[in-house]
Amino acid sequence: MNFPILSSLILLPTIGAFFIFFTRSNDKNNLTVKYVALFTSFVNFFLSIYLWILFDQSTSEFQFVEDRIWIQNFINYKVGVDGISILFILLTTFITPLCIISVNNTIKNRLSEFLIAILIMESFMIGVFCSLDLVVFYLFFEAGLIPMFLIIGIWGGARRVYSAFKFFLYTLLGSVLMLVAIISIYWISGTTDVVELYEIGIDSKYQNLLWLAFFSSFAVKTPMWPVHTWLPDAHVEAPTAGSVLLAAILLKMAGYGFIRFSLGLFPVASEIFTPLIYLLSVIAIIFTSFIALMQEDMKKLIAYSSVAHMGFVTLGIFTLQQQGIEGSIIQMISHGLVSAALFLCVGVVYDRMHSRLISTYGGIVTIIPKYSVLFMLFTLAALGLPGTSGFVGEFLILMGAFKDNFLVAVVASLGVILGAAYMLWLYKRVVFGKLINNDLKQMIDLNKSELFILSCLAIPTLFFGFYPDPLINTIEVSVSDLIDMYNLNLVSKF
Amino acid sequence: MENLQLVFPEIFLSLSIMFLLLLGVFKKDSSKLIQNISLVILLITAVITFNETITIDEVKLFNGSIIIDYLSSFMKIITLLAAFLALVISSNYLKTFKIFKIEYPILILSSVLGMMIMISSNDLIVFYMGLELQSLALYVLATFDRDQIKSSEAGLKYFVLSALSSGLLLYGCSLIYGFTGSTNFNIIANQLDSNEYAITFGIVFILVGLAFKISAVPFHMWAPDVYEGSPTSVTLFFTMVPKIAALTVFIRFLYVPFLNLIEQWQMILIFLSIASMLFGAIAAIGQTNLKRLVAYSSIGHIGYALAGLATGTNDGIQSSVIYITIYILMNLGLFSCLLMMKRNNEYYENIDDLSGLSKNHPMLSLSLLIILFSLAGIPPLAGFFAKFYIFKSVLEQSMYFLAIVGLLSTVVAAFYYLRLIKIIYFDKEKERFDTDHSLWLKFSLTASTILILIYFIFPSQLIEVVSRINIIQ
Repeated sequence: MNFPILSSLILLPTIGAFFIFFTRSNDKNNLTVKYVALFTSFVNFFLSIYLWILFDQSTSEFQFVEDRIWIQNFINYKVGVDGISILFILLTTFITPLCIISVNNTIKNRLSEFLIAILIMESFMIGVFCSLDLVVFYLFFEAGLIPMFLIIGIWGGARRVYSAFKFFLYTLLGSVLMLVAIISIYWISGTTDVVELYEIGIDSKYQNLLWLAFFSSFAVKTPMWPVHTWLPDAHVEAPTAGSVLLAAILLKMAGYGFIRFSLGLFPVASEIFTPLIYLLSVIAIIFTSFIALMQEDMKKLIAYSSVAHMGFVTLGIFTLQQQGIEGSIIQMISHGLVSAALFLCVGVVYDRMHSRLISTYGGIVTIIPKYSVLFMLFTLAALGLPGTSGFVGEFLILMGAFKDNFLVAVVASLGVILGAAYMLWLYKRVVFGKLINNDLKQMIDLNKSELFILSCLAIPTLFFGFYPDPLINTIEVSVSDLIDMYNLNLVSKF
Repeated sequence: MENLQLVFPEIFLSLSIMFLLLLGVFKKDSSKLIQNISLVILLITAVITFNETITIDEVKLFNGSIIIDYLSSFMKIITLLAAFLALVISSNYLKTFKIFKIEYPILILSSVLGMMIMISSNDLIVFYMGLELQSLALYVLATFDRDQIKSSEAGLKYFVLSALSSGLLLYGCSLIYGFTGSTNFNIIANQLDSNEYAITFGIVFILVGLAFKISAVPFHMWAPDVYEGSPTSVTLFFTMVPKIAALTVFIRFLYVPFLNLIEQWQMILIFLSIASMLFGAIAAIGQTNLKRLVAYSSIGHIGYALAGLATGTNDGIQSSVIYITIYILMNLGLFSCLLMMKRNNEYYENIDDLSGLSKNHPMLSLSLLIILFSLAGIPPLAGFFAKFYIFKSVLEQSMYFLAIVGLLSTVVAAFYYLRLIKIIYFDKEKERFDTDHSLWLKFSLTASTILILIYFIFPSQLIEVVSRINIIQ
């Protein structure tokens, strides 16, 4: 396998962005620009499907590895995928074209710049998920801030400047400590190559501080309580496509980072800090669910529900049970699909009524039935109804949690009930009830592109809900080997 | 005497300066001619320096008072190129303000000569001579727009404070001479007696003087006023070129005679570095004038360069040299943008004037975006790598406090860079600026932006070039 398929995945969107950049769009060729973006992202999607087909599920070794000298005697450009990362790459390449299609209805000015930002963002996100060197990972992880800052700031809502700054500075503040940790790892172990670090391990006396440094970055990005406050702001002000990228993919970087780096590199520290993660996760689940109940803004409600869902994810990861970690990964994928769809759903009604307040709506079920059906599906998926992908993830996580810590699992299960409460209540207030607001009668049902996007998201949500085997088969070996390695390192280091 | 060819660049430069002075006196209206000749001279000097000295590892001349090594060759070439670019992109600006006079390029050449002597000095007297030569030229440059009160004020302020710092520096030199019996760096190194506290005093005085020149906190007070008051073309020169020479002297002064006293000066350097990084970041937040903001940002950047020097290793020195090189590149781009903010023969330098720039001038704003994110140190731009190497060498010495404070101040600094980006991209547009810029201005902006953007593809090259700098044997 000589074809550098991962580098192509990373580079392709950037090349597409270059094409758009030199097209110098105006109002006339907006369509051309969009087709270029769409074409690039679809090629990338099919390339990643091809990657999945070629992927060997029976081993946890990194595959499609590319290793090139980047900075002499210091850093290699090293990328590769295993069962864990490949799913996130697929998610990224799947969500991006949908974002680009959704741009139709929402972005009115500076379309080509917006598409450039999204494509470059895609490059960086794929880079995050396949880099096998800490410095390369950091580079992609941080670089993503630039396009996202611009997406929120230029195309966002009324308080966009505040939100963009908050987003940028919060994440930057979290990440700089990770940079210190990465450089320290280089001096402690002599390499930043993740695969090598897995083998030689890191001296346990340094692990606690290093773990905390990585944690500070991932906790902000996840986001975990109490550093989650940037997320509702960023979501509310970002344009729909921006919210979708943020919720579906950006948040997953941190979950992925926890699995790949916190567990993989610092098993001793992970063991010590597990109670902390449990505590923060449970608070996130319960506390933010209550906050979500009280929201009047639909986007904000979904944003808080994201925090709660990511609480499940971190909980699952640190159970260190096969089911827990698998559940977390599936939950992340499922949340990627469902939250993307929910934000798009909010975007649909927002485009028509220019209001995100729940109180504006009510009784729209008879006016826009197609929308109501799809919205219903995603609401149920978000609360984890059996038959949707949300159920598989949550169920596995709770199973893992019950094995590890009964009390935590019980409290977390309450979160499921709360989740059902705020999602169903949201749905009831928006879709059912009496039609009071007469303006709503003018609403038109989903147009073709909206229907296409939402169905694209509905199909995998249902499919993986009934038949999660393709996902589980992909991650199974990698996860079990990760846990074996974790336990091995733990024993040898204590 | 065959070694004289090693100082041929300096000899050539001084002869050219004299020739240009004569030419300026005897030929009327020769400012354009002299400007062009000066540019050629700068380039020729750079080429000569490259040809004659780049391969030399270390040669000392004139009883060891001048040293030619790789560090000096590299820094001289950077100085000459930076001076060339600073001069070439400012001609339109000078014409607009009617200060396009023969003295301008000649003063720049003399200050460059002073810097070259500083860079090569291996002796306290030679170093002081070079320093004064460059400073005198710089005082005049700061007041060059003498009809403007601000410019005169800037020059006067610069002169008074700089004279004070020169005095301190000289006092330090005399203390060191008194207790070691020599002004030569290598002899001082051999004569050191670490129990002699007076030597520490001497080091402190010299460090204070140098910190003044390089505008490190707490000796930075002159910088914002001088940068704001001087003509923009001079500010551009100030923020780039003298820092190279001052940093080289810093390196040589600390690492040749006083390496063994590292415990004495390391704390001072760490303090200067931390104070500069933090102060530069915090004080820049409230600024409304772009040149003042650049002044504070340059104070912050000098803090990072000093952090590399505080390590006491070759790695640290190399990372500082890389930092200053990348910093100059970014500054060049930033000032090219500043020089493009012109409307009807009037230059704008307030932050608000940038408002909504992206609607009217998409390419200019994109360049500014890249430059500003790079200054903030966001990957994958060149500014990130500059900081990365610094922190790499700092952490090698387990100086965690310095590294963490440094990185946290990048977050604070990111705020004001983001504020600029916000004004450029998120705010309402104003009138268009003129677009009839000189070719050189466009070239310097494009080239620096592209280099900043694609630096991450070839990061090894600069490291390889710099890796030959080995001051500590």
